[in-house]
Amino acid sequence: MATQPLLQMPATPERLQREESALYDRQVLDYIERAAATGLYEIRGLGAKRRLPHFDDLVFLGASLSRYPLEGYREKCTTRTILGTRFARKPIELDIPITIAGMSFGSLSANVKEALGRAATSVGTSTTTGDGGMTLEERVSSKTLVYQCLPSRYGFNPDDLRRADAIEVVIGQGAKPGGGGMLLGQKVSARVAAMRTLPEGIDQRSACRHPDWTGPDDLAIKIKELREATDWEKPIYIKIGATRVFNDVKLCVHAGADVIVVDGMQGGTAATQLAFIEHVGIPTLAAVRQAVEALEELNMKDKVQLIVSGGIRTGADVAKALALGADAVAIGQGILMALGCNSDSYVQGGKHYSAEADYRRLMTAPGFCHHCHTGFCPVGVTTQDPVLEQRLEPEVGAKRVRNYLKTLNLELTTLARACGKQNVHHLEREDLVALTVEAAAMARLPLAGTRWVPGQP
Amino acid sequence: MVRVVRTGQSAPAQFDLSKQSVSELNKFVHGHLEGVTEVRVENPDGAHSIAVAVDAPLRIEIGGNVGYFCAGLNKQATVMIDGNAGPGVAENMMSGRVEVAGFASGGAGASAHGGLLVIHGDAGLRCGISLKGADIVVGGDVGSFSAFMAQAGRIVICGNAAEGLGDSLYEAVVYVRGGIRSLGADAEVQPMGAEDTAAVTALLAAAGIGHPAREFKRVGSARKLYHWNVDANQEY
Ligand code: SF4
Repeated sequence: MATQPLLQMPATPERLQREESALYDRQVLDYIERAAATGLYEIRGLGAKRRLPHFDDLVFLGASLSRYPLEGYREKCTTRTILGTRFARKPIELDIPITIAGMSFGSLSANVKEALGRAATSVGTSTTTGDGGMTLEERVSSKTLVYQCLPSRYGFNPDDLRRADAIEVVIGQGAKPGGGGMLLGQKVSARVAAMRTLPEGIDQRSACRHPDWTGPDDLAIKIKELREATDWEKPIYIKIGATRVFNDVKLCVHAGADVIVVDGMQGGTAATQLAFIEHVGIPTLAAVRQAVEALEELNMKDKVQLIVSGGIRTGADVAKALALGADAVAIGQGILMALGCNSDSYVQGGKHYSAEADYRRLMTAPGFCHHCHTGFCPVGVTTQDPVLEQRLEPEVGAKRVRNYLKTLNLELTTLARACGKQNVHHLEREDLVALTVEAAAMARLPLAGTRWVPGQP
Repeated sequence: MVRVVRTGQSAPAQFDLSKQSVSELNKFVHGHLEGVTEVRVENPDGAHSIAVAVDAPLRIEIGGNVGYFCAGLNKQATVMIDGNAGPGVAENMMSGRVEVAGFASGGAGASAHGGLLVIHGDAGLRCGISLKGADIVVGGDVGSFSAFMAQAGRIVICGNAAEGLGDSLYEAVVYVRGGIRSLGADAEVQPMGAEDTAAVTALLAAAGIGHPAREFKRVGSARKLYHWNVDANQEY
């Protein structure tokens, strides 16, 4: 066989150095580049994007020989949920323990608010107003509407207070405990501006402290005022962003809350500084456990109800939150995604249309968008733009949210039955174990297959 | 049991808070008030939340000092406090008139949307904070951070203002007769126009306080914080 000449190889091969720094990775480089170019911190929407210990790190111990499961499709499993039994004359009765979190008209369009009301009403749950007051659309479409009392008091008035079914005093939000709301000028439309008594088009920064009280003792008096104003009829919730949850929950109880809403750091926002979203607050998993411990220590478990929010996405998340001791959950971002957030298309007249070009215009792409603050939501969810907001038809939105909530509820009851529970509120800590040491430590659950609970002898 | 003495069409309904609860009073003023135009409240003794969320053209006279949030969320009613008021008097008032004969504590008229609040004595910290359209007249001085983030409405201060007056002001306007210890971020002293003189004159007349309008200076927003500015010093 004739010898073939070898391929000519260059003496020194060209090798690109691609040793990425863990400390200065592409995200950090991008961050520094941006900071250097603008001199202004980044503001964005949605919640923490980094990986955190979460409900995914827990699994259920389904029934087997030591416990009996219920038949998945035949045996009853109730999801009825009562909130506000402590002081209110008219507690809230819900068919499912999954509620819609407070999101403002302003951050969301009026169409979206209406869609949420319709969806919630059709599955027997509640919706919540937001920083900017109550719209007629959401009041009319929501059977059960929770009215927020926020530091800004935008649009807050006694008529809407009386029209509400419950009142939620917002101390903080998981995405930004210690910070106030923000709404950039593009979203401060004439209607939004009028509702908030602000000049149209300004970049609005809301206060982070309530104007008429400071500290927990004052809050107790404020809550009494709200009760007096509504003749002790409506349940009063207090919402806190998760930080020092154990102490804060105790203070909420002392202040006279009927219901406490704890929002973990994965909770969303329409617009907040990035530094806040990723670096302030504790994960929802740790927050639930601390909240439940505080209620138990005060002997207030089941007397004061606990709603947990911040990264609740699936029926499994709901079931795990309930097993850890929550009475209900609240969902914000998942609801937006059910409406089409980060989807590549939107529906108009029954047909799908591509939204890719509009994501591109925001310098992002479906799946990566967190641009709610811009007001140019490509799928018409978080916008006040008269053209873009048409992309979310209220009927389509209502149907999607309804389907999403129904799916979560089906998963919740499936898991509860598998654990042998006739009532989803009977799910308990003993039904759960943790997959990681971090989750075991935060939730104080045994690591799967062991009896070891970190921090316990 | 509500013990209300009604001796005739024009006689005021009487409440004695040493014997009756604030809830009884509030329930009464929230109810159907046929024939009642006046309510007289004795022995308030610093109780909180007296006459909150009233929505009727009542005249409510309170004979003494009140605690937190007196006349909060008021609509239509005229509430006369013959004493001092605790924090948040007339907070979130929508309309009507609330008058304090003595001093008012912090957050007087906080986030009030409409109506007139008159304080004949001094007002404490954060008077008119987050104001949303109401008018406030203070006969004496106001404490620090008054008119903080005030969005709309007018505040007339006949005495002096402490630190940080009008910090992060929006479209509300403040008129001060005395000295201003310091202005807050984005607040500035602006020239008094003819409209300002007329406004101050009318508000003082409504409050029954006699000072010439020309003795007041106007504080308004420089509107420099209305928009994010890349080149701005981000210290706010
Ligand atoms: S798609 Fe719309 S709602 Fe979703 S992150 Fe982008 S702007 Fe926000």
